[in-house]
Amino acid sequence: MLFFSFFKTLTNQTVTIELKNDIRIRGILKSVDQYLNIKLDDVEVLDLDKYPHLSSVKNMFIRGSVVRYVMLPRSEVDVGLLEDATRREAANQAGKAR
Amino acid sequence: MADTEDAGASSVSEPLDLVRLSLDEIVFVKLRGDRELKGRLHAYDSHCNLVLGDVEETIYVVEEDDNEQETTRVSETTAIPLVSTRPGC
Repeated sequence: MLFFSFFKTLTNQTVTIELKNDIRIRGILKSVDQYLNIKLDDVEVLDLDKYPHLSSVKNMFIRGSVVRYVMLPRSEVDVGLLEDATRREAANQAGKAR
Repeated sequence: MADTEDAGASSVSEPLDLVRLSLDEIVFVKLRGDRELKGRLHAYDSHCNLVLGDVEETIYVVEEDDNEQETTRVSETTAIPLVSTRPGC
């Protein structure tokens, strides 16, 4: 659940998503679910010359499994906090495994 | 065994524990599609989703020259401040 919670803290931030087919999309992260499916608003496709069919798309639902990268606004992420949360999650997982 | 008791904190009892010890360290990640990432590991989960900071992404492409010799060269290295990537990428 760590990444789900993490992405939830980033809602209403602008993120850039790179898909496995190399399309890059920038937009406002509106929501995310447990599969890391993502809804984006105010979508802007980078390299639009290559993907003109996307020029009129303003809102998107992106299936989590087609995402390669989510590029995040550095200023909105407390990496120390994130590392602590990761250690906590790892400890939880270890507890569950036993 | 006694050492299974304190497995939570610092011991290495499963593969992902090694990843945990790499938190806040610079790691090198190989992805599908001849891609490599080098960056500081800030988060991971049991699926191997990752958050990396100050990432350098390198993509290798194979090119054929006139003699049909295949040569691998670096196509692109880009810097990304903070990126989250997923398993199977």
